[in-house]
Amino acid sequence: MTFIGKSVKRVEDKRFITGKGNYTDDIVLPGMLHAYIIRSPYAHANILSIDTSEATSMEGVVAIYTGKDLAGVNGVPCGWQINFKNGDTMKEPPHPLIVADKVRHQGDSVAIVIAETREQARDAADAVEIEYEELPAVVNAKAATEAGAPLVHDDAPNNICFDWELGNPKAEVDEAMNNAHHITKLEFVNQRVIPNAIEPRAAIGSFDTTSEKYTLYTTSQNPHLTRLLLCAFVLGIPEHKVRVVAPDVGGGFGSKIFHYLEEALVIWCSQKLGQPVKWTAERSESFITDAHGRDHITKAEMGFDKEGKIVGLRVNTFANLGAYLSTFAPAVPTWLHGTLLQGLYTTPKIHIDLVGVFTHTTAVDAYRGAGRPEATYLLERLLDTAALEMNVDPAELRLKNFIPPFDGVKEPGYQTQVALQYDSGNYHGVLEKALEKVDYKNFRKEQEAARKEGRLLGIGFSTYIEACGIAPSAVVGALGARAGLYESAQVRVQPTGKVSVYSGSHSHGQGHETTFAQVVADKFGIPMEDVDIIHGDSDAVAFGMGTYGSRSLAVGGSAIVKSIEKVIEKGSKIAAHKLEASVDDLEFANGKWTVKGTDKSVGFGDVALTAYVPHDYPEGLEPGMDFASFYDPTNFTYPFGAHIAVVEVDKDTGKVTLKRFIAVDDVGNVINPMIVDGQIHGGIAQGVGQALFEGAIYDENGQLTNGSYMDYTMPRADDFPSFEIDRQVTPCPHNPLGVKGAGEAGTIGSTPAVVNAVMDALSPFGIKDIQMPLTSERVWRAMNE
Amino acid sequence: MIPAEFSYHRANSVDEVISLLSEHGDDAKLLSGGHSLIPAMKMRLNQPGMLIDIGRLSELQGIKHEKDMLVIGANTTHGAIAHSKTVQQQLPILAEAAELIGDVQVRNRGTIGGSLAHADPSADWPAVMIATNASIVLKGPDGERTIAAEDFFTGFYMTELAENEIITHIEVPVAGKNTKTSYQKFMQPASRFAIVGCAVVLTSSGGQCEDVRVAFTGVSDGAFRDKGVEAALKGKALNAENIEAAAAKAAAGMSILSDHFASEEYRQHLARVYAKRALTATAG
Repeated sequence: MTFIGKSVKRVEDKRFITGKGNYTDDIVLPGMLHAYIIRSPYAHANILSIDTSEATSMEGVVAIYTGKDLAGVNGVPCGWQINFKNGDTMKEPPHPLIVADKVRHQGDSVAIVIAETREQARDAADAVEIEYEELPAVVNAKAATEAGAPLVHDDAPNNICFDWELGNPKAEVDEAMNNAHHITKLEFVNQRVIPNAIEPRAAIGSFDTTSEKYTLYTTSQNPHLTRLLLCAFVLGIPEHKVRVVAPDVGGGFGSKIFHYLEEALVIWCSQKLGQPVKWTAERSESFITDAHGRDHITKAEMGFDKEGKIVGLRVNTFANLGAYLSTFAPAVPTWLHGTLLQGLYTTPKIHIDLVGVFTHTTAVDAYRGAGRPEATYLLERLLDTAALEMNVDPAELRLKNFIPPFDGVKEPGYQTQVALQYDSGNYHGVLEKALEKVDYKNFRKEQEAARKEGRLLGIGFSTYIEACGIAPSAVVGALGARAGLYESAQVRVQPTGKVSVYSGSHSHGQGHETTFAQVVADKFGIPMEDVDIIHGDSDAVAFGMGTYGSRSLAVGGSAIVKSIEKVIEKGSKIAAHKLEASVDDLEFANGKWTVKGTDKSVGFGDVALTAYVPHDYPEGLEPGMDFASFYDPTNFTYPFGAHIAVVEVDKDTGKVTLKRFIAVDDVGNVINPMIVDGQIHGGIAQGVGQALFEGAIYDENGQLTNGSYMDYTMPRADDFPSFEIDRQVTPCPHNPLGVKGAGEAGTIGSTPAVVNAVMDALSPFGIKDIQMPLTSERVWRAMNE
Repeated sequence: MIPAEFSYHRANSVDEVISLLSEHGDDAKLLSGGHSLIPAMKMRLNQPGMLIDIGRLSELQGIKHEKDMLVIGANTTHGAIAHSKTVQQQLPILAEAAELIGDVQVRNRGTIGGSLAHADPSADWPAVMIATNASIVLKGPDGERTIAAEDFFTGFYMTELAENEIITHIEVPVAGKNTKTSYQKFMQPASRFAIVGCAVVLTSSGGQCEDVRVAFTGVSDGAFRDKGVEAALKGKALNAENIEAAAAKAAAGMSILSDHFASEEYRQHLARVYAKRALTATAG
């Protein structure tokens, strides 16, 4: 193969690194107006009055709308339903585009100002007078469920959105734990993190008064789903009259999957005013309105027998959902989290109880890894803590408990206790390779020597699995999804043999234009520059489910392969006709059809031209060469890996320095190693960010107190050593490319590895746990208390 | 992140700057690197009616070695100071501190004069200026005046700089043969300002501390000279025990800042740790 498996340089980078990308905020439409959204400064308050009179008369101001003006307009919907244990449906309070009477989080939208320029809109916003009556707020998910806590929504008692459980019957798990030789118990917060895509969200709504068509330009990972939700649930406008374009998008990490109220607002305003309306978030606005990630309060217990085999796992979690349900919020702590509690281990009895809770905070939804990092953190922290408590080696403890290797073809998939069936895996392989890379035995000697000098070195492990390639539509439908999760692709061979590929996936940094083109070029035996990948425009692409959950190549790539196969099948009929041979006598390779055993052949381009100029053509065959496919996977994919962190803790200050990071990941087959490495690198940085630096800090009034880059610590290049990464390849047995997905692996695996390493470094102090992020002060305090 | 409306004037001379400042008072702000001013304006925390751009005033540029002084123009960027051979040879503490400011982009835009005038309680330059016994030269309608750095900073974002004055340059005495300098900084990880920055200029003779100046930034509501630490070490042998004892006095009696990144207790502890590190680095 010419391209698959090669580190082909990214074709999109030329425009990105020369400043030629075309992002939503770059788009300027004739007559375009500018919107500024007035946000609540309070987390919980009644709106007593809004006076727009002065602002309305200011220069350039076109309109100011408040909740009253949007009285008949629906709010943004939730795309996933979870039922209470008793069968009741979850509480699903409305999420209005602009609130009319009450604000429920800092950043809730209170009014929208439209003016001729951004500056005028911003100035007029300052002149709108709003009187609030501040009310008590609750920000902590556990506290929110307690008696007397302020209610976010009157119809959600105790702020509970749903309760949920998964796994073996609780009594069986309790029995297993009662019989355990040793139980390791941890109580911790998997803290709330803020996605911080480099491009703030933006949206332009444009209404054409003659055709009555709408165009929405938006910073979305998921343009088609946004169109569906916008049309069917929010504004009730006909879908065929709406075009949604997600042009170049500067990162998302999950935060741009969801349908946000601003998208509906600019469309609504453009229809009202007959002019395009643009809104672009300020960075401070992104901090309080982009959906956040994580935020679990967890109590977890793992039981072991005398030999160190895990006998049971019991988990209780409060998941903070924020003030309103974001698009996929209920799915993240449940079906993307509880289902991963098997990990890589043969744990026979598992049970999780989880409560989804409303609080007066920004909505929480999928953030890189989405549920799986929380599951991995829980398991991997328990494993290293157990090793410490039982005085056994943490690597040995894992090797002892791993599920044995299985390829999913000769050996069946592995059925977990928590609903999933793993596709293929060799878990011993990745850990053994990682141990070799870190030179584990020597490290322990080095650590011992360092301790004698008063230096604190530590090593931490994390062996993770994730469920990616989301997902079989029937399965997710049964679990509460209100959408299918297939992907579409259209492969259009142009008459000259050049190929346009329309994908429902959406690239916002992942490099689809390169990876997909590598696949197409190889399958057709043509140069990569003959392939163009088109995505992100609902008028060009039939349908799509977008990019998240490491699904693009596993699901979107598979849809492309399906269409490629259709092209080759049709091409074979045309080639057979031209070569006066039977289809069965032909083989297709290197861009041409050849009559087996002869030198008679016809090229891809000739066949394409014939398809469009069908003068001498097979009887009954349609002209043209253009095939669409929808691919609905038969299972999730299950990437896995072993991450090892080596840290040094400054005894005087508590500062943690990451000295080495080893990652051996198995993401199935790899199309572009450079892009996969890049995904792993970025993922590790984000995961380490959560371990050491990041975390939203709300005060008791619901104010985000670190909503700026002066206060919210993003990881930086100089916080990291050069990563030592390697791979193992266990192909996915159920998709045509054998790929599993690489977008989230780094984030899922790295966080607990770093925390475990710090705990290992601090083991002489008898410290068992420190809450993330492991800031210098927290580590120093742990050593000095 | 859109600032309120303002007018913009590019100044062609220091005298013009002074006359504009005299005319507009505190409604006017000087724009140099803009790395503190512009974010504050974008957040609308600061809404000056007029910006006077002094960025192109060549008379405020450059680093000169005159007699026993380094004379640094107020418009000199942190990056230029970090990379200056003259600075690296004559007074390495300045290059060392400059290199620890923000990131490359900040160092290439931000200026020493801007930083001193802004007097952020966590900025690096104030401590370094106090420890090196630098003088800050101001010019106003009545001509030039020179103020010792130690007297220049008067509180939280406050200085001796009058509304109608501009910092033109800074004069820093170069270190003698027996003098060593060190700037040790514990960074706030998000902003990269100092949680604790400790600057030490120490002159020794035969293993004895002949003279020492110690200054901190980040610790209290402004940079300050720590005479308690100085007194504890002056005239004493430069051994680990004496350094430890002197460092233990760091920031004693000061009102200590507290935030998400460092509580009062932790900051005080860090002041001692960083005093020890800076003293140790200059003692050897």
